[in-house]
Amino acid sequence: MTTTVADHHHDEVPKGITRWLFTTNHKDIGTLYLWFSFTMFLIGGAMALVIRAELFQPGLQVVDPHFYNQMVTVHALIMIFGAVMPGFVGFANWMIPMMIGAPDMALPRLNNWSFWLLPFATSLLILSLFVPGGGPAAGWTIYPPLSVQGGMGVDLTIFTIHILGMSSILGAINIIATIMNMRAPGMTLMKMPLFVWTWVITAFLLIAAMPVLAGAVTMLLTDRHFGTAFFDPAGGGDPVMFQHIFWFFGHPEVYILILPAFGIISQVIPTFARKPLFGYTSMVFAAAAIAFLSFIVWAHHMYTVGMPLSGELFFMYSTMLIAIPTGVKIFNWMATMWRGSMSFETPMLYAIATVALFTVGGLTGLMMAITPADFQYHDTYFIVAHFHYVIFCGSVLGMFAGVYYWLPKWTGHMYNETLGKWHFWLTIIAFNVTFFPQHFLGFAGMPRRIPDYALQFAEFNVVSSIGGFVLGYSQLILLVVVIKAIRGGKKASAEVWDNPEGLEWSVASPAPYHTFATAPEVR
Amino acid sequence: MSKSSRQKSNRRVVGWLSLWVLGMFGFGYALVPLYDIFCEITGLNGKSATLSEVSAKPLEIDRSRTVTVEFAVDVSGIPWRVDRPEIVRLKVHPGEATTVTYAAHSLTDSRSAGQAVPSVSPARAARHFRKTECFCFTRQELAPRESKVMPVTFVVDPALPEEVKTITLSYAVYPAKNIVPANS
Repeated sequence: MTTTVADHHHDEVPKGITRWLFTTNHKDIGTLYLWFSFTMFLIGGAMALVIRAELFQPGLQVVDPHFYNQMVTVHALIMIFGAVMPGFVGFANWMIPMMIGAPDMALPRLNNWSFWLLPFATSLLILSLFVPGGGPAAGWTIYPPLSVQGGMGVDLTIFTIHILGMSSILGAINIIATIMNMRAPGMTLMKMPLFVWTWVITAFLLIAAMPVLAGAVTMLLTDRHFGTAFFDPAGGGDPVMFQHIFWFFGHPEVYILILPAFGIISQVIPTFARKPLFGYTSMVFAAAAIAFLSFIVWAHHMYTVGMPLSGELFFMYSTMLIAIPTGVKIFNWMATMWRGSMSFETPMLYAIATVALFTVGGLTGLMMAITPADFQYHDTYFIVAHFHYVIFCGSVLGMFAGVYYWLPKWTGHMYNETLGKWHFWLTIIAFNVTFFPQHFLGFAGMPRRIPDYALQFAEFNVVSSIGGFVLGYSQLILLVVVIKAIRGGKKASAEVWDNPEGLEWSVASPAPYHTFATAPEVR
Repeated sequence: MSKSSRQKSNRRVVGWLSLWVLGMFGFGYALVPLYDIFCEITGLNGKSATLSEVSAKPLEIDRSRTVTVEFAVDVSGIPWRVDRPEIVRLKVHPGEATTVTYAAHSLTDSRSAGQAVPSVSPARAARHFRKTECFCFTRQELAPRESKVMPVTFVVDPALPEEVKTITLSYAVYPAKNIVPANS
């Protein structure tokens, strides 16, 4: 779909539906992942609009509370496991072989399978909304006892998580094998583009964290149906233990969601600042440090369960420690831009917005890391505002930067810059209109995951809902931009941008169906 | 790298990483006993001291100090009524063995079995609160409409931190499963 064959007669591109079903080509699979991710982004976004419609006014008017809870839960699961994670795997598939001078991924058949697991998994999740008792309604964290009590929708969710976990573990193994074994001669580890580096680290995080989640939901499943009592106090279990196991997965997960975005903007910013990335080595080590620390901070998600003081102090200090490598990254990006001859095409705008707004989310994260302060923020809209600033402004905006940056390479056509700018400004303004007021709501005590609220929260919720709808519909512009670029437009040169760095710019635009059949020489 | 040697090293990478995945899956399960041991050592989650510790040496009674022990009970998912001891807030001296009685009443016409799960708060008092006899050690069976007196004997360890003035002993009574709780 995105590859033309006219100039490359040696490229035999298979035709029809079977091309996509049986493909082992990393570019095809990358395209599938990205379209899948975008579809899920729109479905999850529609669910967010149900939430915002309900919260437009106090009282219950649009949906009943049980369905509202399902929307909150499934929105999060779809966005995390359906949109962001597969989106980044799509980028990895498309770009990593081209960036390291490999002809394809190391395990192409496995690659096909890890993609085709996804549609089945998310179908199960969406199906759960239509079974008796409805879908999961306990929040995406599926805490027992609520998740032990739910209907068969919870079982479908558990299977969804199993299959999605399998898919991302297989993807991660493939990415590590590719990077270990497929690098072009001369492409040493410390010459790899930063996007490749952040993905190696992410892949290791996936391999270490996803199996723990699989274990946790398996325990939930056996508690529900096979008489075990891991989390059931009646049988000697403990619901708080689920929270520990879940967040042992959950905190590395948030870096799984963010590190590839750090990688993308580390590619974009040097191109448009026309300077090499500042502090490459420190960037690599900072990413590794963040990954390591992510495994020892999990209980900051659960300060209020009644931990001893020493535990709270440990998790408070270790959490604050993460600000150091993250700060190194932020300052390196700023130093890269410093006195660069910058230009502000859409990818650069998105990269700068990612740095700026992710920092807002990072700083509210530091506020929540302070244990006594967190007792006020816990389970309020302040948390909702925080994680949308990090996941939307970090991961999603980072992905948008990557889409605009590499779209000419994928399609062979320049995208429409005017539409791109419209998409950018509408997204940024609407995002802040939606989520900035939620900080105030959280401070004032509005709890999350509740379909109704006290009257004094009404004004900010109106603002937030209006922003939410603008934000949601603005994303259709991206769809138009991508379709227009696939159909035609100004021909893109091989380099596309002004002297960008990286092997992917040494092949033609659009990238031929097979690249680097003979490995390039890297000096 | 030649094709066959690349295949070999791919296989090696996949092998190691798969082992790691299995290991982490196992680690998720290993967290369960680790968590229990951790809670037992620290007394977190109100998991109180076990019998074996009591058999050690008799505790000296510290008459200079008084601690208030509060009793609470919740019934969940079983047709019983469980009454608290008559004195809901009892003053005791550390080291002194005290017996109080709860009373369970079956409200159903069939046989039923329940399991009480104790919890002690604040958490730092938990490991200094020792039960020598408790209806929570075994499952309790009631005939139809039967009532039963259920005693619990406990000692507050004089090593209880100074700042703890009040301890709450709370039971949750559930329908008995076949599993006997490890921490009763």
